[in-house]
Amino acid sequence: MMKAFLILEDGHVFTGTSIGSQKEVISEIVFNTSMTGYLEVLTDPSYAGQAVCMTYPLIGNYGICYDDQESLRPWPDGYIVRELSRLPSNFRCQDTIQNFLKKFDIPGIAGIDTRALTKILREKGTMNGMITTNENYHLDEIIPKLKAYNTGKVVEKVTCSEKSVLKGEGFKVALLDLGAKNNIARSLNERGCEVTIYPALTTAEEILAANPDGIMLSNGPGDPKECVSIIKEIKKLYDSNVPIFAICLGHQLMALATGADTHKMKYGHRGGNHPVKDLATGRVYISSQNHGYVVDTDTLDPNVAVPAFVNVNDGTNEGLKYVGKNIFTVQFHPEACPGPQDSGYLFDRFLEMMGGNK
Amino acid sequence: MPKNPNIKKVLVIGSGPIVIGQAAEFDYAGTQACRSLKEEGMEVVLLNSNPATIMTDKDIADRVYIEPLTVEVVEQLIQKEKPDSVLPTLGGQAGLNLAMELEEKGFLKENNVRLIGTTAQTIKKAEDRQEFKDTMEKIGEPVAASLVVHDVQAGIDFTNKIGYPVVLRPAYTLGGSGGGIAYNEEELIEILSNGLRLSRVGEVLVERCIAGWKEIEYEVMRDSVGNCITVCNMENIDPVGVHTGDSIVVAPSQTLGDKEYQMLRTSALNIITELGITGGCNVQYALNPDSFEYCVIEVNPRVSRSSALASKATGYPIAKVAAKIALGYTLDEIPNAITGKTYASFEPMLDYCVVKIPRLPFDKFISAKRTLTTQMKATGEVMSICNNFEGALMKAIRSLEQHVDSLMSYDFSHLSKDELIEELHIVDDMRIWRIAEAIRQGISYDEIHEITKIDVWFIDKLAILVEMEQALQAKELDEDLLREAKRLEFPDYLVAKLAGKTEEEVKALRKQYDITAAYKMVDTCAAEFAATTPYYYSVYGGENEAVETNDRKKVLVLGSGPIRIGQGIEFDFCSVHCTWAFKKEGYETIIINNNPETVSTDFDIADKLYFEPLTPEDVENIVNIEHPDGAVVQFGGQTAIKLTEALLKMGVPILGTSAENVDAAEDRELFDEILEQCEIPRPKGHTVFTAEEAKKAANELGYPVLVRPSYVLGGQGMQIAISDEDVDEFIGIINRIAQEHPILVDKYLQGKEIEVDAVCDGTDILIPGIMEHIERAGVHSGDSISVYPAQSISQHAKDTIVEYTKRLARSLHVIGMINIQFIVCGEDVYVIEVNPRSSRTVPYISKVTGIPIVPLATKVILGHTIRELGYEPGLQREADYIAIKMPVFSFEKIRGADIALGPEMKSTGECLGIAKTFNEALYKAFLGAGINLPKYKNMIITVKDEDKEDIVPIAQRFQALGYKIYATRNTAKALNENGVNAIRTNKIEQPSPNLMDLILGHKIDLVIDTPSQGVEHSKDGFVIRRNAIETGVNVLTSLDTATALVTSLENTDVKKLTLIDIATIDKR
Repeated sequence: MMKAFLILEDGHVFTGTSIGSQKEVISEIVFNTSMTGYLEVLTDPSYAGQAVCMTYPLIGNYGICYDDQESLRPWPDGYIVRELSRLPSNFRCQDTIQNFLKKFDIPGIAGIDTRALTKILREKGTMNGMITTNENYHLDEIIPKLKAYNTGKVVEKVTCSEKSVLKGEGFKVALLDLGAKNNIARSLNERGCEVTIYPALTTAEEILAANPDGIMLSNGPGDPKECVSIIKEIKKLYDSNVPIFAICLGHQLMALATGADTHKMKYGHRGGNHPVKDLATGRVYISSQNHGYVVDTDTLDPNVAVPAFVNVNDGTNEGLKYVGKNIFTVQFHPEACPGPQDSGYLFDRFLEMMGGNK
Repeated sequence: MPKNPNIKKVLVIGSGPIVIGQAAEFDYAGTQACRSLKEEGMEVVLLNSNPATIMTDKDIADRVYIEPLTVEVVEQLIQKEKPDSVLPTLGGQAGLNLAMELEEKGFLKENNVRLIGTTAQTIKKAEDRQEFKDTMEKIGEPVAASLVVHDVQAGIDFTNKIGYPVVLRPAYTLGGSGGGIAYNEEELIEILSNGLRLSRVGEVLVERCIAGWKEIEYEVMRDSVGNCITVCNMENIDPVGVHTGDSIVVAPSQTLGDKEYQMLRTSALNIITELGITGGCNVQYALNPDSFEYCVIEVNPRVSRSSALASKATGYPIAKVAAKIALGYTLDEIPNAITGKTYASFEPMLDYCVVKIPRLPFDKFISAKRTLTTQMKATGEVMSICNNFEGALMKAIRSLEQHVDSLMSYDFSHLSKDELIEELHIVDDMRIWRIAEAIRQGISYDEIHEITKIDVWFIDKLAILVEMEQALQAKELDEDLLREAKRLEFPDYLVAKLAGKTEEEVKALRKQYDITAAYKMVDTCAAEFAATTPYYYSVYGGENEAVETNDRKKVLVLGSGPIRIGQGIEFDFCSVHCTWAFKKEGYETIIINNNPETVSTDFDIADKLYFEPLTPEDVENIVNIEHPDGAVVQFGGQTAIKLTEALLKMGVPILGTSAENVDAAEDRELFDEILEQCEIPRPKGHTVFTAEEAKKAANELGYPVLVRPSYVLGGQGMQIAISDEDVDEFIGIINRIAQEHPILVDKYLQGKEIEVDAVCDGTDILIPGIMEHIERAGVHSGDSISVYPAQSISQHAKDTIVEYTKRLARSLHVIGMINIQFIVCGEDVYVIEVNPRSSRTVPYISKVTGIPIVPLATKVILGHTIRELGYEPGLQREADYIAIKMPVFSFEKIRGADIALGPEMKSTGECLGIAKTFNEALYKAFLGAGINLPKYKNMIITVKDEDKEDIVPIAQRFQALGYKIYATRNTAKALNENGVNAIRTNKIEQPSPNLMDLILGHKIDLVIDTPSQGVEHSKDGFVIRRNAIETGVNVLTSLDTATALVTSLENTDVKKLTLIDIATIDKR
């Protein structure tokens, strides 16, 4: 068993054992509280540019089932766990997580006190860190490098390279892939939609030229403000009057495109237990979440967009309804995977919206 | 939505006596709910027949009725107290059934009382087999192919269609009473006919057997506007086929992927929504391990044992939230008390693993079948928390207090591989030990899984523990190995034993390598938010979050561990009250306990809660961090007492009676000296070590003699011997159980048994009251009907008792509680047992005398005197009430257990009968225990020869009440010769119609069967008693009990019970 180290930019060092690849990485360290769905987390493109710590200590119990991937590969730069199961068990299990990480060259660390790490991130906020197997590290050399790290323009790294189509008999939906999880397209497709998936840098003109019944803006990684050109295109989509539903990064970009602001949260929401309240009905749903940035409610122009969902715990914005438009956007993940399926009804609402437009 | 302003006065119905399937968890839920209601300004009226509960304290509810849980009583109570609402979902099945009957009768409507927490319609949809099935079909939730039947033939026909095996589930019964799996027609007929009898509505569900599937549970909450969350899911390590109460359970599920987890979660939310439940609900699933196929097994539309477990496993207070929901609040309005930042509409996330192991009573019922089925048998459970599964399992095992500490504790190494493979088919409480041995012998995971259906993930975890045992034996104990052994929670002494070192050496090594236990917090949110509630568990390898606090004096209260026969909920009552009393005195309080069902392990009882095993090492780790100023051991039963010596070694002062005096009461020779000094007689006796010595002692004393191991609980291993053969057998049994202590042989005296609890401040004593047992000496005090105040002993005897109590308490330098049992023969008083600690009768005597004994004793421990506290020392004035404590048994749950009463305790719980007159109190006590007679006015009497004379007057009185008496030959002869018309009946081995036919004909109210003493007990009697119990017939094995019953039947009319508010009894 090779030793590995997790070094944080505040100087904390955790010693554990190396898992997956042994290469050295610098990344933004975040934690996820989901108790199941580690493969869905690993393959969620929104984690590009980050290393994920799972707060649940027993990971890999049911192995890897490739059908459960939310994209074709894992995206985090690194993976941090308390313990990996040595023997996975599930009727669908095809591989171990150990092999999976190695196969995709993802480095990781196991055997550390993930709860202590989580508490640091909670208290001090998300910070950068390094995973290395080099025992002779020098903090004074490493820390400046850690501080300099920036996730950068990650959307372009994770989006698809070319357009593709999921056949369907119903509404035609254009899905702008900003780092989309598979289950967004699948959720629409299962409801009969024909889903055309566009790369993130597709122009609004090209999308609108196909005359879609609705446009879906996906989740994705990084700081929304990095997506300068995409925001411009989204503004054009906003002006088009085509019904739009947006999730997570898509939600943030639509807000930025229409004049609101976003800011980085102290340590974000990542997990499957966040209560969100539908302000129209007063009902609370448990949602799957993965975001480090949030739309600033104070910066909303009430003539443009009004809050539609709010986080019950911390009162942050979880969704917007656009005034006079067939547009609604949510910060959380109705496509679940991993996490609760309670808000899947929002896809139905999107379908109704498209129907209403016809 | 804010609370409903129309709800002002709420009747909360508790669950009654502790029986298997309905235990302390309902006291925990009920207490939490009552506190939650009072927090909202409600006036709470409480009804529960169980005096040992915390919920029946006057600080918990405003009006407290410890009365039988019958429809008549509830009706009368509603008319008396006029509550506007009834909350029935916290009292388990008993409370729910009562509410249903009242609703069905229209009584609630007539009296303008609403059901809150749930509607009758919801209860029906969830509990009625057919309605449940229809509802599930309507929303597309799969249930196993099944049919509700009302007669045996329909069951046979249906099973022939769907094929064997089938599962049988009677409707409206507790803990699956009368259920089971039938593999052939013979078994089907047996179980089905029994189940039909036990079901309140005479219906049984016959169901496709899904044994071997994964058993998964979800705890779900829903509010009145339809918000739903899941609190927790749990996976049973034992697949479907073993009742979840008897299964080893892990939380959260370990072998489910997100797809399966969410599929079942969504299903559970759909179900709670369709049923319209407002509050908590438990949904049980069977999940096919080879596909996504699943079946809903059952739904409990109320708090349950599983919800208590889920509450403790996550920190989410289900009962408290359920009570708030019942008042109209929505989940997003109820703050999460642990974080203070989140709301009840938040799903707990665990960053640890929880393991629950049932506490099974096979050490008490040696003759019982250990097989685990869909019929629950456990009396209690332990829970443990760790950040790895192996560690959690190891901690849970040593929490059981059943002489087990690892996977080596039951030895199956004598079995050959083939024998072992054969034995892997046995489904009992020792299954994981057999699997461990199978792993040692190299049987493959697949083969073990094939036979047991236990998921290989769990088998691999057991293998990791086995590998560690082997590594410790084979390898040098270096730092890495020791660190890993501790991570897996191997206790030091076990590491030492395996590694060939001493415990001290292992401890020294740990110190050298700095391997110490760290404490993590249960915070509902996996550290996402800062939590404020100090609820801790230990791990090795990690940051310690428990900080030593020094601002106040600090006391350690040791809990009593799992509920078992002999050590029940009473000790939790005492621990909790002691904790509260210390708090009031300005102390910081710390509780260590491992029982998820109890009030003491609720996170807001003590200032700090450590959910840990109660072994010296686990306690020491906490002591090393907390450095308490003292520990109290006298309230946590024998579990806490056993830790006295270890605590002293750690340098923790024992508050109250000193350790040496505790020892003096338990050590026979020291104790004899003290008795001699005090000039107190006791039955003559000897301390022996071998069977030869025992026989010699017995012959010297003259038979009958009482044989028992010293340091026992609930009379474990205690027997009355009438011959040398008996002595040989009993000593054999005693030595089978790990026995490090000597054996006591005492002359057996047959007299009145008297019990006293007293508080002593070193000078003065306070005796709240003298209790008299109805059954004469020989029946364990916990199984006897206990009457306060004593009715049949003279003033002189009472004075002697007070005097002896005073002398003993002083000589033993008791500071705090003492419990003494006496035998009174005429005017002679003998001491038979002294316990320098709180006892089983403390809650009962506290309630009926209005004297808060535990807080009083706690204050005395802290140095106050009885006089200072405003009490006149000595025996307190007798109350105006007669209060009778009635033992309650769970014999029908334990196949093969002998129900005959004797010196070994067998009851699982108790209920109270309190009234102005003895007869009414007695009647209430029987009623509370479920003996509701007469029904058919037929009874069977079969007594041993010594009782032939004494049975006559009893039989005459039953006859006068209109009873038709059947009796076996000799008994019939004795009765007929004395003017009782007894119908002679054939014994079981004789041709039909015989006794068995009578019993199985279900027209029998009662069997009086006194078994002959000693080993020569008749097989015939055993079979009669078992069959009677299993067909729901009352059986009495003591003539004293029979006399009491007939007395109560002669005197009272059910409609005229007077209800007494315990909260108004105040002697101060």
